[in-house]
Amino acid sequence: MARMKFLCDADRCIECNACVTACKNEHEVPWGINRRRVVTINDGKPGERSVSMACMHCTEAPCAAVCPVNCFYTTADGVVLHSKDLCIGCGYCFYACPFGAPQYPKVGNFGSRGKMDKCTYCAGGPEADGSKEEYEKYGANRLAEGKLPLCAEMCSTKSLLAGDGEIIAQIYKERVLKRGYGSGAWGWKTAYRETIES
Amino acid sequence: MPSLGRFIRVTIRAWVLLLLIMAAPSPSLAQQINPTASSVNERQLLQEMDRIQGRVSIPDQRSSVLLQPAGREWREFRNVALRWIGGGAILGMLAVLLVFYLTRGMVRLESGRSGRTIVRFTVFERFVHWMTATCFIILAISGLNITFGRPLLLPLIGFEAFSEWSQWAKYAHNYLSFPFTIGVILIFLMWIAGNIPNKVDVAWIKRGGGIVGHDHPPAYRFNAGQKMIYWIVVIGGGLVAATGYVLMFPFYISGIEGMQMAQIIHSVVAVLFVAAMIAHIYIGTIGMEGAFEAMGSGEVDLNWAREHHSLWLDEQSGRTGPNDQRPQPATAAAE
Repeated sequence: MARMKFLCDADRCIECNACVTACKNEHEVPWGINRRRVVTINDGKPGERSVSMACMHCTEAPCAAVCPVNCFYTTADGVVLHSKDLCIGCGYCFYACPFGAPQYPKVGNFGSRGKMDKCTYCAGGPEADGSKEEYEKYGANRLAEGKLPLCAEMCSTKSLLAGDGEIIAQIYKERVLKRGYGSGAWGWKTAYRETIES
Repeated sequence: MPSLGRFIRVTIRAWVLLLLIMAAPSPSLAQQINPTASSVNERQLLQEMDRIQGRVSIPDQRSSVLLQPAGREWREFRNVALRWIGGGAILGMLAVLLVFYLTRGMVRLESGRSGRTIVRFTVFERFVHWMTATCFIILAISGLNITFGRPLLLPLIGFEAFSEWSQWAKYAHNYLSFPFTIGVILIFLMWIAGNIPNKVDVAWIKRGGGIVGHDHPPAYRFNAGQKMIYWIVVIGGGLVAATGYVLMFPFYISGIEGMQMAQIIHSVVAVLFVAAMIAHIYIGTIGMEGAFEAMGSGEVDLNWAREHHSLWLDEQSGRTGPNDQRPQPATAAAE
């Protein structure tokens, strides 16, 4: 089985936000929740870079480690998913996540959190693959159909890469070698405790 | 045609000038647009600051924090340190109390019961105490569930049942925080007068407070031990309430680092609070004869008041005229 990862080549990202839009549309993500976002560093200054970020599906995921009800699980592909039936909306995964991935719909009184929502790597949830229940809770399950996450699939500059970690790392390495520079595999050290030497 | 020759000369001169202008700055321009020289680098940014923040074009500006590895330290605290602190404090307190109970036993009323009572806590005081106490017990159990439920309770009852229970526990924890906070504020206001530390407390502590040994050092309405409990409730309760609301209203007061810090303070103070309250419950029930009545019926036996709060009893008696209510020996009370 492959170990699925995301890699954003910031030297190619043009901050078009198409990945953000594609994600919202594909999964019918409710208003106010963003599973993916594009952050621009040093905006307007020399050396500006944009990075598309979502859940990185970490190795030994912090969210799973701190969850009081143990609602997270890692699939055979290394994708970190969670059960919205078990989630109690306590917010702990959000404190632990280095990428700000968990999102909570504002339901009920005060700032109280509903069931957590995050990027599923287009792999749905614990319900039967492609079922109506799965779609309503987690969105589309493209992985079960043999497709990669839509955000990366439709990235116009092929900045956002998704797929087997070793393969996308190899692609990135070759790019860096060819063009002679690279601002790094953003988040890889934090998520996978490894970097791509460039 | 002189005009044509002149036109060609001018054109050539213009081209030469243009080439000269363009040729001069071109090497430095090439350097400026070299992406390797000026691009931001993740490793460098993380070394400069403990997080990477930028700009987002979506309305949710909180998502502009790209990377924040501090979550790893918080995770270590929550999963390891807190379990040791909490487990140590609570089990340690239970062990100390068990050893104490087995060696010392219940602190008896040495002069027996007089059969006459004096009002110690009014109906309002008892209402505030029990409202706060009930909330505290539910908050403590639902809070401990968040820290210890996954390793201890989840394997016993399974995922679905544990999630269902935890969901209700979370609601209870959130909603009961309000009466609890009101209770803490009322306790602070209503008993502050009797809880300012003074010289009597120093003497009380030096004489072991009657806990160690069988001494009965004098005390006003609240002895040094009770004052300690009072300040633990006021300061501890204030801290858990304040940090709890930071967590309950995410991003109203602070960002992620603030919430991580709030959770650390909230949980550490809470487990120490629970340990202190276990001792409080012990001394108010099986630890001391005649103590529970103070919060139960609100009236304590005169002999109990004389043994444990002699100065308070003198005050009360002075207020109601000369003290002709000498405590009776136990045999007289039995008539």
